[in-house]
Amino acid sequence: MELVLAWRNLWRQPRRTWLTTAAMVFSNVLLIFMISVQLGMYELMLENNLRVLTGHLQVQAKGYHEQAHIYKTVPDVQNLADAIRQQTGRESVTARANGFALLSSQERSYGAMIIGVQSKYEKLTSSLPGLVKRGYYFSENPEDEIVLGAVLARNLKVTIGDEVTLMGTGKDGSFAADVLRIVGIFESGVIDIDRNFAQMPLGRFQTTFSMGASGHAVAILSDDLHDLVKLKNEIRPLIENIEGIELLDWDALEPGLRLAIEADMASAWFMYSILIILVAFSVLNTQLMSVLERTREFGIVLSLGMKPVKLGRLIMLEAGLMASIGMLFGIILGGCLVFVLSQTGFSMPGMEEAMAQYNLPGRIYPRFDWITLSLGPAVVFLACLLASIYPACRVHFLHPVQAMRSAL
Amino acid sequence: MNYSLKVLLLLAWRYLWRNYRRTLIMLAAIIVGVWAMIFMTALMRGMVDDMVLRSTHTLLGHAQIHHRSYRADPNIVNSMDAPSDSLKTALQDERVVAWTARVRVPAVLSSERETVGLELVGINPEAESKLSFLASNITEGRYLESSDDKGVILGERLVKKLDTKLGKRVVLMSQDPDNNIVDAGFRIVGIYSTDPANIEEQFAFIGIDRAQGLLKLGSKVSEVEILGENYRDPQTLIQLLDSYIKEDEELLAWPELNPYMGSTLSMMDGFVLVWMIVVFTALSFGLVNTLAMAVFERVREIGLMLALGMTPRAVMLQVLLESLTLLMLGLVFGNIIAWLSILPLESGIDLSSVGEGLEMAGMSSILYPSLHVKDMLAATGIVLVLGLIASILPAWRASRFQPVQALTKN
Repeated sequence: MELVLAWRNLWRQPRRTWLTTAAMVFSNVLLIFMISVQLGMYELMLENNLRVLTGHLQVQAKGYHEQAHIYKTVPDVQNLADAIRQQTGRESVTARANGFALLSSQERSYGAMIIGVQSKYEKLTSSLPGLVKRGYYFSENPEDEIVLGAVLARNLKVTIGDEVTLMGTGKDGSFAADVLRIVGIFESGVIDIDRNFAQMPLGRFQTTFSMGASGHAVAILSDDLHDLVKLKNEIRPLIENIEGIELLDWDALEPGLRLAIEADMASAWFMYSILIILVAFSVLNTQLMSVLERTREFGIVLSLGMKPVKLGRLIMLEAGLMASIGMLFGIILGGCLVFVLSQTGFSMPGMEEAMAQYNLPGRIYPRFDWITLSLGPAVVFLACLLASIYPACRVHFLHPVQAMRSAL
Repeated sequence: MNYSLKVLLLLAWRYLWRNYRRTLIMLAAIIVGVWAMIFMTALMRGMVDDMVLRSTHTLLGHAQIHHRSYRADPNIVNSMDAPSDSLKTALQDERVVAWTARVRVPAVLSSERETVGLELVGINPEAESKLSFLASNITEGRYLESSDDKGVILGERLVKKLDTKLGKRVVLMSQDPDNNIVDAGFRIVGIYSTDPANIEEQFAFIGIDRAQGLLKLGSKVSEVEILGENYRDPQTLIQLLDSYIKEDEELLAWPELNPYMGSTLSMMDGFVLVWMIVVFTALSFGLVNTLAMAVFERVREIGLMLALGMTPRAVMLQVLLESLTLLMLGLVFGNIIAWLSILPLESGIDLSSVGEGLEMAGMSSILYPSLHVKDMLAATGIVLVLGLIASILPAWRASRFQPVQALTKN
């Protein structure tokens, strides 16, 4: 009964109701669009960054993450990686060793990070092997092979088949030198990675840099970066009795990533709140008007014995109905928009450079799921209900007789 | 007409306050909207200005001269001759604030314990101090004293990474133009710190004469950096100097040297406009609604006025004046509040709690909002123009009432 009354009251002034609803639809569509783009981008940003080298979890020597010194090692790293693979039943686990060396070709010399890798497992853990554009990512039995970034290769003026000399410092401070043959060149599109990294087989690395059987990290890639608890619990017993090593998740390994997301989130919510506040004002005004218009009417029903509480509820119900219409159309329109864009992706001028900074491709694919669709509209809905509290309360202060005599 | 405009204004003013609650709510909405437009823009401008300023102070300047192949391949073989006398004369122009030449090549730096790759930068300390952050950011030790100072200046993070300290020796290794490995020991005489801190690991600064000697470069240099008066106008420098550039050299403005920063700056202008229009659109529904209500309430009065001989144009004008008055009030208060709320923040907002994330994007952890009169005018212009356009419909409807029908409407 009340619902019918509220519904009819809304359509007494169809234009006003539509205008107010349009304001809600506008901000709902905008919020759905922005939130889905935002979340889609965060997901991409995390995955793209973590998949390059970091992975979701890493076992490292304590303190290696803060200060990466070559002598802070994980003992017997390959066996540890094997054990983790067995324990978790997961193949995307790889052992690594990292060092810095001067790479020299016939004409040039450049410094680079050299990573000793298990090529078989590296392919399953990192996206770099898949980014090898020329040559291949290590043979079955990689002896003296090296794979390096495209910019580094260009700077060294080398190509597939050329030899490079490596010079660096071993774990024990000794001189480390080797001659390696280039078999692959990767191109990630991120200048810093393409310029600074080279990979060689882990075994050869351990010999060259006098590492023995030790390494610097075991990187583990999970299926879902938000659900690492189980994986961590499986791995923890394996490393507990090895002294001086720790298990770190991506959040600890790349604190900048989460913070960048949080910083972006904060500024985005400032903008969203402004939009929502403006819509709330619109609802407040509309509801207040409709209450003032009906002062006489309210006077009559009050004097007939209707409880003010019930009248207040009616006002809230009207606002709620209006907000529901706004939500419905907002979700339908916004949903269509986001669905189409999530299939085709979209791009903006100037965005590519900005996105490259975060290791992202130039196209954005908004995230289409129930969170991105409902979060914004839900907040708008609540704000509208809140905004109608004041008009609803005003009913309580009406004096039936005076209200009936009111001119309006 | 003069007289009637005055009357119309008076009418508009009185009508506004007839239903003061509605007007106040709408006014509040406009004020919040205008405030948000200006405040948000000032924050973002501050952020981008700061980013640009920081990068122009980090060996970028407003324009640079390089060997044509240097940017693609920053190798020692792509060095160029030191500025010619005619170029030097041109650089004395008053529009050039400062300039310097540098040697800048990739190198490897080793301490007793660690080895890292970085850029070796040979500088002329005196000229450099007018262009870059270095001289004012020395936290320990001293700045370089001359172009053949025997010391090296390193960043704080780098020193920590290398496990070394002030006064210790490090070895710099690079190649000469004939691809021979050259190396030399340098004593750490100064340590600098910067914000964002990732720059601290990228450079080792030595005197330019020492660099040229070590690398067997003669008097050749890698780049010439020029600082003009305004970073938004590097083209002045380009026009000024372009005719002095040799065949195998190139003169480029900073947005081309750092496309990411350049595109951020231009994206910013677009974003500000979009943001203002979005806020206005959210606002406009309420505005149109309020006006439509106000007109609807006084259909009979409008009918009476029309019947008494007021022209439809005057009715329309009156409603538009009503909207204009409302918008103006909102704009005045919105601008004042925006200005007042930014004023105490101009000394900087500390964002160090989220600082690391910002550093990734090359920003610093202290945000200095920058309020531009231009942006305040833009917000005001957008609200006024679009606001009046949005009010045309209700105003026009009011002027089209048929007097008799309107008069008899209940």
